[in-house]
Amino acid sequence: MDSPPASPPDSMGAIVRRHRLSTRLWHWVNALLLYVLFTSGLGIFNAHPRLYWGQYGANFDHAWLTLNRFGGWLTLPAHYNLALSRHWHLTAAPIFAFALLAYMVWSLFNRHIARDLAFRRGELSPRHVWRDIYDHARLRFPTGPAALRYNVLQKASYVGVLFLLLPLVILTGLTMSPGMNAAWPWLVDLFGGRQTARSIHFLAAFALVAFFLVHILMVLLAGPLNEVRSMITGRYRLPKERS
Amino acid sequence: MILTRRSLLLGATASLAGCDRLASTPSVREALFSAENFHKWAQRSLMARDALAREFRPDQISPIFRANGTANPNTPAYKALWRGGFADWRLRIDGLVARPLSLSLDQLHALPHREQITRHDCVEGWSAIGKWRGVPLKLLLDGAGLRDSARYLVFHCADTMGAGQPYYESIDLTDAFHPQTILAFALNDRPLSVANGAPLRLRVERQLGYKQAKYLMRIEAVQHLSAIGAGKGGYWEDHAGYDWYAGI
Repeated sequence: MDSPPASPPDSMGAIVRRHRLSTRLWHWVNALLLYVLFTSGLGIFNAHPRLYWGQYGANFDHAWLTLNRFGGWLTLPAHYNLALSRHWHLTAAPIFAFALLAYMVWSLFNRHIARDLAFRRGELSPRHVWRDIYDHARLRFPTGPAALRYNVLQKASYVGVLFLLLPLVILTGLTMSPGMNAAWPWLVDLFGGRQTARSIHFLAAFALVAFFLVHILMVLLAGPLNEVRSMITGRYRLPKERS
Repeated sequence: MILTRRSLLLGATASLAGCDRLASTPSVREALFSAENFHKWAQRSLMARDALAREFRPDQISPIFRANGTANPNTPAYKALWRGGFADWRLRIDGLVARPLSLSLDQLHALPHREQITRHDCVEGWSAIGKWRGVPLKLLLDGAGLRDSARYLVFHCADTMGAGQPYYESIDLTDAFHPQTILAFALNDRPLSVANGAPLRLRVERQLGYKQAKYLMRIEAVQHLSAIGAGKGGYWEDHAGYDWYAGI
């Protein structure tokens, strides 16, 4: 009997529930708000496209970065309108900050942080980290049930964005407000000046864009339909085990 | 890949255009503009009524204090005042007050002063630190006897903007009676230059630069802002849609 082996009936892999409602909800709220915040932020930046370190900084002072205005295809609104860019930015900012806080609290209570994001024993050993980098570079993504767990690189980037980058961008944003400087004087001390905070705010925004680009690339490489579906409905088809 | 990038760019442009269309919808516009109320409420709740803006050391002063907005009012009336060394200039305080005042620069110099090294934050994003000297607004308001019905102070200026209309700004009583709210006649130990608002400008240190009205001529105490200009309380508020509360 030399008939070819029959393909197993479940060649597509089982469908499992992957992302919780809290994660899915926050993911899309976050995507929308960061989009509004980034594009309106560039509109605000265009009013004075120079960045400084320290307490003060204006045209006569040394700027560490001087750019041309960002094009209308990147800014909100698409034409220069500082007032409207600020209205978009300052409407989205508090919603974004409180949504992040709610997500953090929710993730603490449903154990998303402890179960999915916290590093496990041995995960941070150089050998393990190196193997993850190696697998990642070869685009050799985990299959079967292992695909449900975040690897150490994913954990590091999610934890870094969630607990470092996003709080940083919120706090530096608040530091630029003269009212908040009176309310919370420690903000200016924390960052060493309003203009330093403005520079960090700008750098953090572009770090988030870098995360976004890698994130999109990984989704495309890992199977965009399956990944996007799992972030909308929560259902995820397990990649078939490599034989 | 080029196609993907192209369609991504097109997508981004299309959705931004969508946002622009959204922003011209009255209800969305109203929602966007009402964020100001949240920020004012949140900031005023978080800060003590007299919480001070940061004051800096003399060595932290900007080498050059950038002037912005009108650099010189250049009206015949202002030029005449400037030529006379502002000897004929008077600051009027009227509206909802018991005793309207008319004060010369010499009279203001004779009153108690406050000196403060503070940071000026422009809505555009830049900052400059300068040392201001001037008369606390509270002193003048107490002298004029603010009526109970007064809720806002409107500052009328000598510089005319686009349509020949004088600049104006307004603050509420919380900021008017704040210890750092002064009418400044000196910057960095020198009489105020024309570019920085000679002979007198407002300093309201917990708000952005466009609130710091220059070339002051008259302070009017009012109950509502609706009768001033187009009703939003300030030149930029009326003409460009800036927030009246400029604490953020």
